[in-house]
Amino acid sequence: MTKMIFLRSIAAIGFMIASLAHAQLRVEISGVGANQIPVAIAGFADEGTAPQQITAIIKADLMRSGYFKIIDTGSAISETSQVNLGEWKTQGADALVVGSVQRLADGRYDVRYRLMDTIRSANLSGFSQVAGPDRLRVAAHKIADDIYEKLIGVPGAFSTRIAYITKSGNEYRLEVADADGEGTQAALRSNEPIISPAWSPDGTKVAYVSFENKKPVVYVQDLTTRRRTVIANHRGSNSAPSWSPDGARLALALSRNGFTQVYVANADGSGLRQLTNTNGIETEPQFSADGSYIYFTSDRSGGPQVYRMGANGGPAQRVTFHGNYNISPRISPDGKTLAYVSRREGRFQLYALDLASGQELRLSDTARDESPSFSPNGKYIMYATESGRRGSLAVVSVDGRVKHRLTTQAGDVREPTWGPFMK
Amino acid sequence: MRITTLALVISGVFALAACGSSVKLDDNVKVEERPSTPASTTDARTVAPVNTGSVDPLNDPQGILAKRSVYFDYDSFIVKDEFTPVLEAHAKYLTANKGRKIVIQGNTDERGGREYNLALGQKRAEAVRKSMSLLGVSDAQMEAVSFGKEKPKATGSDEAAWAENRRADLAYQ
Repeated sequence: MTKMIFLRSIAAIGFMIASLAHAQLRVEISGVGANQIPVAIAGFADEGTAPQQITAIIKADLMRSGYFKIIDTGSAISETSQVNLGEWKTQGADALVVGSVQRLADGRYDVRYRLMDTIRSANLSGFSQVAGPDRLRVAAHKIADDIYEKLIGVPGAFSTRIAYITKSGNEYRLEVADADGEGTQAALRSNEPIISPAWSPDGTKVAYVSFENKKPVVYVQDLTTRRRTVIANHRGSNSAPSWSPDGARLALALSRNGFTQVYVANADGSGLRQLTNTNGIETEPQFSADGSYIYFTSDRSGGPQVYRMGANGGPAQRVTFHGNYNISPRISPDGKTLAYVSRREGRFQLYALDLASGQELRLSDTARDESPSFSPNGKYIMYATESGRRGSLAVVSVDGRVKHRLTTQAGDVREPTWGPFMK
Repeated sequence: MRITTLALVISGVFALAACGSSVKLDDNVKVEERPSTPASTTDARTVAPVNTGSVDPLNDPQGILAKRSVYFDYDSFIVKDEFTPVLEAHAKYLTANKGRKIVIQGNTDERGGREYNLALGQKRAEAVRKSMSLLGVSDAQMEAVSFGKEKPKATGSDEAAWAENRRADLAYQ
């Protein structure tokens, strides 16, 4: 028993050292949802044999989501054990999570899990996954995703990744991390700024704007092969890349004709077409999830506001009417909510607009919010803000209640983009 | 070496020599008076600089071409009249030197979104480019780009820093 504890401590310390070396993002929760479902999560049998503690990851995910109250069980229960669900119901749990981890001969782990409804005394879900040591966190996140979906009714987004920019002195980095801030990896390092990263719909590439050529140029980088392609380096400034939902096209903001306008190109930069044609600023194009519209920022009415046009151009309708400065539109996956940043009395704050009713909701109390990004399940928005005098990331639920922050140990973090669902 | 410095060095040398001397001065010797320099304008020791035509006025730190920046008001991209002389000087230089190129770099202060500020910086660079174009500079010699708020010259979150960063620079290539 003591040997087991000793080994687990070594593993924990080793993991901590590794994570410090990677400049982890630290999570601070500051708000929870209106209703929290009480869930009992048992330890998984033999989970100590694996380098990652599966149930710790599941608990952290569900707590961060703001919609669950975790009840510790105090002991491990495997998915094959007999359980008295009525007993759990009297202890206040609506659901019980059990499981096991088994080390296989080839060094991988068989992770099994079961979710039970204590009220109806029924099995809700369960599955097994085989994962190598470096995929154990993903396996745990997949279980948390499933628990979330079965109890909330919406797919969980715990096994997704995020990308963002860090700035430390004169070094800029495009980094990729898990949605919980763990496992940070640098995809690009530069001595010139990088802005506007955007995940491809299949999660294998990131488009971004780099100033390494002493002017803004749009690149697409394949994360698996490291290959970089220049998508747009026309005369003037090239920026604001946004992928069409099928990954075949990129919308861009280009100033090649003297005015910054919205263009669309093929994913390799060929076939450029101009979609707007004004004497003002047209920028920040964003495809809707069904690919039929492009939302964008335009100052054609005097100050920046959000507009919407067909994905092939054509007449645009104004979407924002409160305040005289509304930028950075992002449309929710279900197309019903628009997130944007609005300047009110000098403060730049995150808002959500219900498109059907026109009702807006302010989502933050800070003053320097930027670049919102929806989680792929549409429940949360990640955005950049300032914490003290340093840039940090924040997550808020679309109704404004669930809140947490992701901060880095040194330097600033900004420009988050939330990646898609992946296998 | 300039005249005054040379004079100081020489007198310093004499002073040091005098300190080490043990020769007794003969007070009876009459000190010969040298005739004073005539009251005319040029001192024979004057060195007046001459620039041949091949010296580049762009490199003169005192010249108007040393000024490379145009400053803007908040949310504005209007080139104010006070910068006309600077732009005229650069336009004159560029039309006389068709081989020179400039990149006009537009900047904004830190307030507001990055992409919108990139576009606003672009409008500033473009406004300067248009002014230069109207003054006769060919398009082939200019490119207007933006740094938005990404490369501020002044750090700080006060009006002085913000004003310094609302700027378009002429960067000769």
